[in-house]
Amino acid sequence: MSASGAWMVSLVLAPLLAASIALVVGRRSGPYAALAAAAAIVCSLAGLIGQLERHGAAASAVGGWGSPLGIQLHADGLSVLMLLMSALVGVGVTAYAWGYFGLARRRDEPFNAAASRARESFWPLWLFAWGGLHALFLSGDIFNLYVALELLTLSAVGLIGLANQRTASFAALRYLLASLVGSLFYLLGVALLYGEYAVLDCQRLLELVQGTRATTCALALMTLGLMLKTALFPLHFWLPLAHGNSPAPVSALLSSLVVTACFYAILRLWCTVFANAGTPGAGMLLALLGAAAIVYGSLQAICQQRLKMLIAYSTVAQVGYLFLGFAFLGRSASAVLAWQGVVYYALSHACAKGAMFLAAGSIMRSAGHDQLEGLAGIGKQLPVSVFAFGLAGMSLMGLPPSGGFVGKWLLLRAALEAGLWWVAVTILAGGLLAAGYTFPLLERALANRAEPWVARRVPRGMELASLVLALCAVALGLVAAQPLELLEIGAPFQPLASQEANP
Amino acid sequence: MTTAQFYALCGVVLFAIGFHGVVTRAHQLRKLLSVNVMGSGVFLVLVALASRATGGHPDPVPHAMVLTGIVVAISATAVALSLVRRVHEGDAGEAPGDDAREAGP
Amino acid sequence: MAILKRTGFAVLVMLLGAGAGAAVLSLPPEWNGLSDTVAARLDESGVTNPVTAVLLNFRGYDTLLEICVLMLAAFAVGSFVSERRSAGLGTGRGAAETSGQGHRGVELPIARPGRVLTGLVRLLAPWIILVSGYLLWVGSHAPGGAFQAGALLASLGVLIVLCDHRLLPRTASWLRRVLLALGFWVFAGFGLVPLMFGQALLQFSGPAAGWVILGIETACTVSIAMVLLLLFVCNARLPSLDADADRARGTGA
Repeated sequence: MSASGAWMVSLVLAPLLAASIALVVGRRSGPYAALAAAAAIVCSLAGLIGQLERHGAAASAVGGWGSPLGIQLHADGLSVLMLLMSALVGVGVTAYAWGYFGLARRRDEPFNAAASRARESFWPLWLFAWGGLHALFLSGDIFNLYVALELLTLSAVGLIGLANQRTASFAALRYLLASLVGSLFYLLGVALLYGEYAVLDCQRLLELVQGTRATTCALALMTLGLMLKTALFPLHFWLPLAHGNSPAPVSALLSSLVVTACFYAILRLWCTVFANAGTPGAGMLLALLGAAAIVYGSLQAICQQRLKMLIAYSTVAQVGYLFLGFAFLGRSASAVLAWQGVVYYALSHACAKGAMFLAAGSIMRSAGHDQLEGLAGIGKQLPVSVFAFGLAGMSLMGLPPSGGFVGKWLLLRAALEAGLWWVAVTILAGGLLAAGYTFPLLERALANRAEPWVARRVPRGMELASLVLALCAVALGLVAAQPLELLEIGAPFQPLASQEANP
Repeated sequence: MTTAQFYALCGVVLFAIGFHGVVTRAHQLRKLLSVNVMGSGVFLVLVALASRATGGHPDPVPHAMVLTGIVVAISATAVALSLVRRVHEGDAGEAPGDDAREAGP
Repeated sequence: MAILKRTGFAVLVMLLGAGAGAAVLSLPPEWNGLSDTVAARLDESGVTNPVTAVLLNFRGYDTLLEICVLMLAAFAVGSFVSERRSAGLGTGRGAAETSGQGHRGVELPIARPGRVLTGLVRLLAPWIILVSGYLLWVGSHAPGGAFQAGALLASLGVLIVLCDHRLLPRTASWLRRVLLALGFWVFAGFGLVPLMFGQALLQFSGPAAGWVILGIETACTVSIAMVLLLLFVCNARLPSLDADADRARGTGA
């Protein structure tokens, strides 16, 4: 097996093995297992990027069988950028959770069964989720994609259920049911595709797929199922409750990584498997839904009274941007530019949204609640967290110099090139609306407060983790050239661009 | 219509019935059962499509997919069941939220 | 308005069903899929049952992730209930400290097992173990395999737990956890060995392939049985699952 293949295997198996060890050893081994997994992931990712830069996109046949019999792992620029996102946010969240859950109960802290359970269960579940994410990003097989999605979903459900409230149990259950329905739609699509072509490998399907009736139906079913998992408006009903009621590190993971991973699955299908079957009309419909999500999610976020619900609705809005790229289907020249913008936006959104939820968790820990009304003057208590929140908000608004700005700029350029003025207007309006839900907290945080604070101490590591992620979101605006170069490896969007040539 | 096609159609019908159930039923347990009906539908489609082989031996790949799918379905159902119990027991004495009355799936 | 919504949705579902049905009918009525490809390379896989060959060898990576899903599900369910009692997986401390608290949930109305149940289990146990071993063995050339064997073994576990609620609490917690992860470890371990010799992950070929697959299946059988048993026990919340809870109630033997 080639070196890149070994790195890919390590990216998937390291977190899973660490999860199983943390599960068996229990007690206090979780954080250390996560640390070891994080180190292995960072090294493997660096190794994989090095290999890909030298040799281009890589495929590795698990079991040595190759398609159509076996499963292929596949890494190109798109998967590497997603892996980079998962490593950045994953390391940040791991560092934050170290302080959030604490290594052990402090002496002065009364025993709390739920807290102790969450402290112990978080680590294996998060490591399973991390492994599931990597399995998803590296999968080159539509059925394997299904198994990876299920691994991811079940661990996400376990993570939501960590919060010891009835609302959280209900949110976890609703998320699980919605997600199962989505998976089954996807699986029916897989059945139809396999029934027609007898192939499950993505690259082989790209060569074989034509716009037959079964293929179109499979495309519709799979996209619908994954839309439900991605929470694209109007199928977002499960998201705010689930993301708004989880422990802070879990909310950050769900909003920044899990949602993006489900979007990645859609993108992979449309760019690779169905590049010759997706019609511009269907793409336009998806993009319109994305635009509606931006407007609806932002307005809902502005109306929220609780900080975490506000951020959760902002995720509903931000998911919309990711779907704007579908408006460019069949416009070869601007399509590649638009998809670059979308993927870059997804990367910077993951960092920014992670930072926001982590900062909100620190604020909640300090103030004891997250009602916006009662947070006046929090800036004096937690200057670092509020600063991180502000920086992350800047990236969501798309102000320069931030990663969000670069993503929106690429999308805007593509929209103007293609003459899609409504896409451009939506992007600009979305930026203004994002300011509408970011500023209220900042305004309150910087206000003066008459009565003195009775604030709890927040571990320094938690505040720093959110700040580092927010700085990553900003830094992505300064070093845009390298990630965009990475994205070029293996030309993941080429099938879409050449679509016009052979209609 | 061949036998295989008939069974595959039955699978699609099961899938649709299950989907209808998961959206319209209010009780969480019924939603969960509906999801399982959907799953059975998909598995039936897979097995039926596999039986179209002319040589008398059905295609083993969809069979393996169904086995994997069943295991995943069992895991998810068990997790969902324990969540249903937790919701209905009202875990930490939290005020009952907007639960079984919700209409969404 | 409600009726309009309901009818509208029913029509939508019917349209969906009709679309998918039409798609299914449009597929070729006679088609061999991958069965010829599988048959051609069955010799290299180490087993003669094509489904086992696909599951454990050709698409072994799916099964590896699936074993992970099982382990994860058992852990997640255990973590949902362990705040009140150490249902199978809790490391003990949290459960022991909270087991005295009142339990508002509905418990299964299980009476003390009578002689019929106990006698039946005694009679069945050796047969179930034998048949499960047979299913595991036969999987290499006929329908059967790790999942079937594990499910059967788990059914024996359920029967025993119904007779003697303290079966799981009596087994050490670490042993339960190791059995849970055993399948994944053995699978991943065997899978990683070829990697060291410059081959691919999970590359099982040559004369040893059959034995490697049998070893993996044996470990997976144990883990699958453990997972299914834990899923049952955690969800059922048997009255005297926890030895500590028993003592608190004064019913412990």
